[in-house]
Amino acid sequence: MTWTPGEDAITVQRPPAPGVARGAWRSVVETLRGLRTTLARIPEGPVTVQYPEEKVPVYPRFRGRHKLHRFEDTGLEKCVGCSLCAAACPADCIRVVAAENTPEHRVSAGERYAAVYEINLAQCIFCGYCELACPFDAITMGHDYELSDHSRSDLIFTKEMLLAEPLERTPLRTEDE
Amino acid sequence: MSVLGVVGYYEPWWIQILKSFVIFAVALQLVPVILIAERKLLGRMQGRYGPNRVGPFGLAQPLADILKLLTKEQFRPTTSAGVLFAIAPVISILTAVAAFALIPFGDTQDIFGTRVGLYGVDVSIGPLYILAFGAIAFYGVMLGGWSSGSKYSFLGAMRAAAQLISYEVAQGLALVGVLFTAQTLSLTGIVHAQAGMWYFIPQLAGFLIFLVAGFAETNRAPFDLTEADAELVGGYNTEFGGGRFASYYFAEYLNVLVVAGITTTVFLGGWLMPFGIHPPGWVDPIVVLAKMSLVSFFFIWVRATLPRLRYDQLMSFGWKVLLPLATVNALVTAIVVVATH
Repeated sequence: MTWTPGEDAITVQRPPAPGVARGAWRSVVETLRGLRTTLARIPEGPVTVQYPEEKVPVYPRFRGRHKLHRFEDTGLEKCVGCSLCAAACPADCIRVVAAENTPEHRVSAGERYAAVYEINLAQCIFCGYCELACPFDAITMGHDYELSDHSRSDLIFTKEMLLAEPLERTPLRTEDE
Repeated sequence: MSVLGVVGYYEPWWIQILKSFVIFAVALQLVPVILIAERKLLGRMQGRYGPNRVGPFGLAQPLADILKLLTKEQFRPTTSAGVLFAIAPVISILTAVAAFALIPFGDTQDIFGTRVGLYGVDVSIGPLYILAFGAIAFYGVMLGGWSSGSKYSFLGAMRAAAQLISYEVAQGLALVGVLFTAQTLSLTGIVHAQAGMWYFIPQLAGFLIFLVAGFAETNRAPFDLTEADAELVGGYNTEFGGGRFASYYFAEYLNVLVVAGITTTVFLGGWLMPFGIHPPGWVDPIVVLAKMSLVSFFFIWVRATLPRLRYDQLMSFGWKVLLPLATVNALVTAIVVVATH
C-alpha cells in the first residue's frame, strides 16, 4: 500500500540548479569572496578583551557583591537588624541575628543592631531584593563581580567584610560609554 | 635530450653529511615558526589574538607545546599493535624530512673553495622521488590509525588512504605538464628552465591543481577529513599522545613546508628573482624561504576560510574534477610542446 501524503505534503520551492559551468564559476567566485572576507579581518584587529588585565566597565546599576553602609556623619551602622532582607531573599542566603543597642554600646542608629550579618555568596543569586526590602538603605549591591575563592566557607561574607570599603576592582562605566 | 641519470655534480662525502645536518636543522627551525604563524594568523583572521601569553608576543608557545608533549607519558592502548604503533609516527616524520631534502634552496655555490649545492640531493627523478615519499608517508598515517585498535582512528586512516590515493594522481598529473615544458626531472633543472618565465603563468591550471591537491596531500582544511575533529575525535592520531603525537604534528607541518617548497621550486621559479634581478648567491635561500612562506601563508589563509568538505564531495571533486582537469592540462601541454619544438 502506498502512502498518500494528502494535505500534509509541503512543496519546497528551490531555485533551478546551476549548470556545470555556472556552478564552477560560482564556486570559484564564492571561494575568492571568502578569502577576501578572512583577509579583511587582519587589519581590523582583534576584538578580544584581555580579561584579567583589561576589564569591561560595569553599568552603575550592575548588581555585584553587596555592601553594608554606615552613616557618614556619626559612623553608626545603618542596619538595624530587622531581617527584612533575609525575609525577602529568595535564595535564603542572608543570616541576621539582632541585638539591643545600649547607651554604652551603640552600634546602629535604631533600637537594635545586627550582631551577626552574614551573606553566603555561594548561594546568592544577585537579584537585589535585599536592597529593595531594606527600609534604611543599609544594604546595596556593589559593583564587584570577581568573587571566586578556594573554598565555599570563604564565600560566607561577614558583617565586617561587607562593611569594609571594598577594593575597587571593577571599573565603572562613565556617562558617555 | 636525456632524462635519466643526469646529475650535474657529485660532492665530497663530508659535505653530504654536513648538508644533511643543516637540512634537518632548518626543518626543525621552520616547523615551530609555521606553527606559531598559523595559530597567530588564524587568530587574527577570526578577530582574536592567538597565543600571546608565553614569552614575548606568545612566540615561545610552540616551544612550550613541544616541551609539554615530550614530557608526557608514552601511553599505549591495550588494543594497539605494539611495534607498528611505535614506528608509524616515525615513518611519517621520516618521509617528511626525506622529501624536504630535495627542495633546492639555491644553485651550486662556491663555499670556501668547495662547490656545494644548496639542496640535499639533486636526484635525476625529483618529482618521482617526492611522489614516492608522499606515498610512503601515507603508510605512517594508515599504520598509525590501524595499529591504534580504535574505530575512530581506523576510520580516519581509511579516509586518509582513500584521499591520498585520489589526490596523488591529480598531483602527479599536474606536475607532468611542467616536466613536459622543462624537459627534465631534476628539480634544479626545472628551476633553471624557469629563467624566462615562472611556470605558474603558462601552467596556471597545473599550478592550481597542484595547490588544491597539496591541501589534500597534507590533510589540511578544507580536506582535513582524516582528522575531522567533530566526527572522528582526532582521526588517525586519536590514540597517540606525548612524543608520538608530537611526531605526527611535526610531520604534518613539515609536509606543509614540503608542499610549499615543491610549489616554489616547480611553479614559482625557486631561487630566481623576478624582473631579471640577479642577486649574489647567498640571497638564494632567502628568496626560496620568502616564497615558501608566501605559499604557507596561503595554506593558512585557506584553512581560515573554507569549511571542511563532505566525504563524497571530496571524492567526487578529486576524481571528477581535478583528475580530468589535470589530464587535459597534461595533454594540452604535450600538444603545445610538440607543436612548438
